[in-house]
Amino acid sequence: MHFGPHLLLAALEGLVTSAVLALTALGLSLVFGVMRVVNVAHGEFFMLGAVLAWAISTAIAGHPAVGFVAALVIAPLLVGLVALIAERLVLRRLNYNPEGTIVATIGMLYIIQQLALTFYGPEARPVEPPFSYRILLPWFGYSGYKLSVVAASVILLVLTWLVLTRTKIGLIMRATQYDSETAQAFGIPVERVYAGVFAVGAMLAAIAAVLIVPISQAHYLMGQDPLLLSFIVVIIGGLGSLRGTVVAAILIGLSDGIISVFFSPTLAKIIATLVVAMVLVFRPQGLFGTTAR
Amino acid sequence: MRDASPAKVYALHIGVILALFALNFVLPDYHQGLFARIMALAVFAMGYNLLFGYGGLLSLGHAMFFSAGLYGAGLTVYHLGWGVPEAFLAGIACGALLALVIGLLALRTSGVAFMIVTMMFAQVFYLLILYFAAWTGGDQGLVIQQASRVVSIGGASFDLTDPTVRYMSALALFSVVLLITLAIVRSRFGRVLVAIRENEERTRMLGYDTTANKLIAVVASGATCAASGAAYALLFGYVGSNFASVQYSILPLLWVLLGGAATVLGPLVGTLFMYYVTDITSGFTSAYLLIVGIALILLVLFAPKGILGTIRQRWLGWLP
Repeated sequence: MHFGPHLLLAALEGLVTSAVLALTALGLSLVFGVMRVVNVAHGEFFMLGAVLAWAISTAIAGHPAVGFVAALVIAPLLVGLVALIAERLVLRRLNYNPEGTIVATIGMLYIIQQLALTFYGPEARPVEPPFSYRILLPWFGYSGYKLSVVAASVILLVLTWLVLTRTKIGLIMRATQYDSETAQAFGIPVERVYAGVFAVGAMLAAIAAVLIVPISQAHYLMGQDPLLLSFIVVIIGGLGSLRGTVVAAILIGLSDGIISVFFSPTLAKIIATLVVAMVLVFRPQGLFGTTAR
Repeated sequence: MRDASPAKVYALHIGVILALFALNFVLPDYHQGLFARIMALAVFAMGYNLLFGYGGLLSLGHAMFFSAGLYGAGLTVYHLGWGVPEAFLAGIACGALLALVIGLLALRTSGVAFMIVTMMFAQVFYLLILYFAAWTGGDQGLVIQQASRVVSIGGASFDLTDPTVRYMSALALFSVVLLITLAIVRSRFGRVLVAIRENEERTRMLGYDTTANKLIAVVASGATCAASGAAYALLFGYVGSNFASVQYSILPLLWVLLGGAATVLGPLVGTLFMYYVTDITSGFTSAYLLIVGIALILLVLFAPKGILGTIRQRWLGWLP
């Protein structure tokens, strides 16, 4: 293949990564933005979504699309429920103290990971894509499913944006994010908002995982990379900024795709992590964020 | 902190050291080996405690200092054929240097950003070890042969693979670090650190250079953790990238929280307790990480002060 088509392929792969990353990072960013909680277990909610998607789609016989759609609906709901329970039992009792919640979510990370290993096992298992249409480009064929993942992600991102900016729920969330004490004084049930945001954040990660699992398989350690990449995206985009998160996800996804096609993936990760650490050191508000509150 | 007579404090710590010395002759073989490992890793926890417990800086990247010591000692022995003492010092030097660089960068941030930055630098360090697998052995690691783990001092030679020599070496390192920690905590520098933890703004207003003090704490903590790593490589003869993974940044945090942050003996108690809990439960289940996870959550929920922290609060106010 020539350089041009090769680059196009890398860019397409990068775009799929960006799409999934944007959803996952958005979940992390919402939780951090509204609750000021750094959820280290976010990657495990992602993994849980993928593993549940496998379980649901194999339990349902018939056309792969039926199982996939069932997984797309049920898996995020189950993950949201797990997150809700975790929030109620642990985070609320810690009063959302930043350091305490980091330690507690590290604990959750280990618990979820180990339970997945015990009940799901160490194997990587695939989920059949709902359809296997290939788009034929002049140079190579490309999976139609991968492009539909990008489309689905865009729709979800726009929906989230609409909810945040155009509805009463969004207004309540933004009020809580801006000043939770004043919000409470105006009769906003802050604790319920926190519980909801934590569940929605986990569900976004789970949806992203269900979308990606027909492309890359479900595995109990698959939460590590999305966690790190989401952190990178959220930091570069500016903590708690939706637009920044999306722009950063595209930037990171594309550059990750392109760098790892032409260079070693380990080197790509080293450079990306180092750059982000430096951004955090020298520009803590992120590249696109405004001043930190 | 209520002041106690120094005699009482020193008597307690020297008593602990003497008890550990005596245990060498009582413990069965298996537990003797386990205790040597626990003492070497308790040094790691003590280094972590210096920064987290006293300085109030929560780092999620201390695995890089431990593995800087591990590889600093392991690689100089393996590739350059250095002797044990030189390699041990090389390990500590690597850790201190790394801690200086990381400290200069990471201390520009604070709070949550400090945790994430340290975690990311540790991740870079981990990936670098994998990237230079030709030198480091990657995730397979390297085994250091018995022949290169013999120290000859004067006419006598000590074989670090011998259980008693290993136990005594670990104890020697542990004792030195324990007494140094005790001295630091009781010194002016130790008190300034605690002041920074409690209220950094006010400490600065009182005229202390808080950044410089924090930097010293990072370097001291990094060098101590590196000493633990270097000892681990030389005593147990194995270096591997696993020791640089996130898990090894979390473990010292767990040990310190369990034993009691900002207590001198807490790291030992935490490491000992966690090792034996794992050892006993591994008879029933292989789900080691499940126990770590549950322990972390229960600790932050119900006993944020840890074992010795709670004891100090309830009964022994003089415990350093």
